Amino acid sequence: MEKDRKDAGAISITAMADMPYYYHVGFYYSRFLRELRDSKRIVGVKCPECEKVYVPPRIVCRDCFVTMEEFLPVSSEGTLLAYTVTNFSYTDTTKGEPKKIPYTAAYIKLDGSDSNIVHCLDETDETRIKAGMRVRAVFSGDRTGDYFHDIDHFEIIEH
Amino acid sequence: MRNRVGIVGFGQTHHRSKNTDCKGQELISIAVKRALESAGLTISDIDAVVIGNMDHFESINYVDMWSIDGSGGFMKPIMKVTTGGTTGSAIGHAGFYHIASGLFDTVLAIGWEQNSESDTTAAISTCFDPITEREFCGGAIGPLAAQYTAYMSKYGATEEDAAIVSVRDHKNAAMYNPYAHLRQTMTVDQVMKSQYISYPIKLLDICPRTDGAAAVIFATEERARKIAERPAWVLGVGDCHILVHVADGIGLANLPSLERAAHEAYEMAGVTDPFEQLDVAELYIPASTAGVTWMEALGLCEEGGGPRLIRSGVTEMGGELPINPSGGVLATNPIGATGLLRIGEAALQVMGRAEDKQVEGAEVAVATGFGGCFWSDVTVISSRPQLD
Ligand SMILES: [Zn+2]
Repeated sequence: MEKDRKDAGAISITAMADMPYYYHVGFYYSRFLRELRDSKRIVGVKCPECEKVYVPPRIVCRDCFVTMEEFLPVSSEGTLLAYTVTNFSYTDTTKGEPKKIPYTAAYIKLDGSDSNIVHCLDETDETRIKAGMRVRAVFSGDRTGDYFHDIDHFEIIEH
Repeated sequence: MRNRVGIVGFGQTHHRSKNTDCKGQELISIAVKRALESAGLTISDIDAVVIGNMDHFESINYVDMWSIDGSGGFMKPIMKVTTGGTTGSAIGHAGFYHIASGLFDTVLAIGWEQNSESDTTAAISTCFDPITEREFCGGAIGPLAAQYTAYMSKYGATEEDAAIVSVRDHKNAAMYNPYAHLRQTMTVDQVMKSQYISYPIKLLDICPRTDGAAAVIFATEERARKIAERPAWVLGVGDCHILVHVADGIGLANLPSLERAAHEAYEMAGVTDPFEQLDVAELYIPASTAGVTWMEALGLCEEGGGPRLIRSGVTEMGGELPINPSGGVLATNPIGATGLLRIGEAALQVMGRAEDKQVEGAEVAVATGFGGCFWSDVTVISSRPQLD
């Protein structure tokens, strides 16, 4: 049987090509991002058949496969479904830099939406976070049409 | 009507964290030669090749063509399959489809990855939507970690429940699998005291990234009976892509895609009581937490019953339903090969060729695949051509 090889003189080369992408955000996300930027409003889109509301908005309902056209605002408050405090760094593929840690990824169902979104929470002490907590979006002052910038973060609503 | 499909050969490399002395094609050729050797075949017996990896790990985007110097696919039909985390299991399913369709007699399925050639987490992050998800989905670990917070909150599971899974899989790799990448045993206490990578997942809860390759040979019933004394029959396959946005999947404590894929595979195979009928499982458990949360989707326990199942000991070697005799993904994770390793290991079990990791008398096995946006593959494999 062939042995896996060990070769002390093996050579590795490095490829560091700068390979940028130019994503076309499209009709639905453009509308979503414009509403965020211009009016601090989070909008979804409603399925004409099953009436599910999707945030972020998208073209077809995944269950009914019909084109959705009715845009509507949803609340900027919602429920935290799941979260993780990320403590390891990796290359941020948008910025091309090491990811800043720690950050808390937050999976949230906004009031009025039937789907979930992901953003971050301004709390990195896991002992102070619980699934089921109520959270609200905090918008940036200088909004640019970037979801991760225009919503700066989510904060826990204290009772 | 589909044709009966047998598995007649399996080969894998000795998996490592970094194969600096081996180019991708060289790695692939080792797994292929071992698979051919295990079946007593030569490359001229192979009618078609299915091969895959996750493109962005090596930036090799035409792997079907590029790999010919290792795969032996010269002048043969080659299908490339790349479905993220489920790449390996989807390659196995594609091998099954080739034979089941009646178009090919003997098919070679290959999965491979040189994960050390790039930043694995960055590459996985490109699976998530760049506009609305990528920023805060930390590769494969982040979503899995988040899912466990939802499961713990819903069912009262603990981090220690997950640690038991980690101890089990690492122990099996260390004791029984000479091909495994990580071969060290650990205690629950050591897992619990390891540092948080992505709360609640700790360093010793998570799979490594591995360089390695695997190859499985599928054949028609007629060919399989000639090639192997005791072929492994593929009785059922299920594949389910369910969620559009990863956030929708993580909001759920459970894994509906696995539940659906298992239902389809079990139904095709005639499995009605999985815990009773299955003798061994090779499951794609990329984090110990998933070894708790996904058990109910496979029908192995009641909803929320993962912790009780894991703590009962039945999934340990010697138990009623050993899970991951090979050590599974927590010990070895060459991503494009990982799902195919599950199929290959499950086949070895029912062929009675699993050597040190053999579950005595194993006749029915299940293998799974998982992808980071929460989709699933399930395969049922047996020494019997059909279940009664
Ligand atoms: Zn609908």
